[in-house]
Amino acid sequence: MQEVILGNLDLFLFLLFVVIGYSCGTIAEKRHYKSIINREKELIKLMLVNAEGRFADGAVHESFLVSGSMVVSNDYFKRLLAILRNFFGGRVKAYESLIDRARREAILRMKEEAKSKGAHMIVNLRLETSTIGRSANKKNSVGSIEALAYGTAVVMNRP
Amino acid sequence: MIMTNVGSVPGKKIVEHFGIVQGSTVRAKHFGRDMMAGLKNLVGGELKGYTELLQESRQEAMDRMSEQARLMGANAVVNIRFATSSVAQGAAELFAYGTAVRVE
Repeated sequence: MQEVILGNLDLFLFLLFVVIGYSCGTIAEKRHYKSIINREKELIKLMLVNAEGRFADGAVHESFLVSGSMVVSNDYFKRLLAILRNFFGGRVKAYESLIDRARREAILRMKEEAKSKGAHMIVNLRLETSTIGRSANKKNSVGSIEALAYGTAVVMNRP
Repeated sequence: MIMTNVGSVPGKKIVEHFGIVQGSTVRAKHFGRDMMAGLKNLVGGELKGYTELLQESRQEAMDRMSEQARLMGANAVVNIRFATSSVAQGAAELFAYGTAVRVE
């Protein structure tokens, strides 16, 4: 048995990476989605629009820039799936959920910052994504993805 | 310094335009963080080191931008936009630009 493992060490390492990547990645993603949904419910009252708001004179007390960002990376198993997908074409679900998570988390962090500073709404939301990290400049590979959300938080003059 | 990313400062009137101001910084993470990111690439999930790094550098870019605006005599920067690009392996450029104005 030992000889078989030592003889095919790279194959076993590869399988080990796949198993570790799959189990850890799946658990982490589920946990993350749960927390995202919970926090989205909490922050739903904070209005968020991506248009420039028009405000009546004297309605606004203060306004400032808020931003949130997250850098996220895929696990080994999903990267493998994506490589296979590159071969056959079609929807790459593994990356869809990754970018979705990063973007929603970035928006949530921005909202949290706005809320902690007492804002009533956020106008002119802008979203941006970029790939960074070691494999960012290589072809056909997505390394880690950064999602950035920024907007202008507005504090109203409410009684 | 008031910063917004809408065309004006809500609730205030713009009295003077000074033109575009910008700030940028190129950052690379250090070896330890890179190692951790390599490990994280196996299991997936958030790369906290990178998130912090990018936030710090974005703040730095904004500071440079507002310093430029201050030298022009402005007290607000409107219409701020951010851009990120990776210039070399493991290094990222953070760029912020906006319009310097004076508000009442």
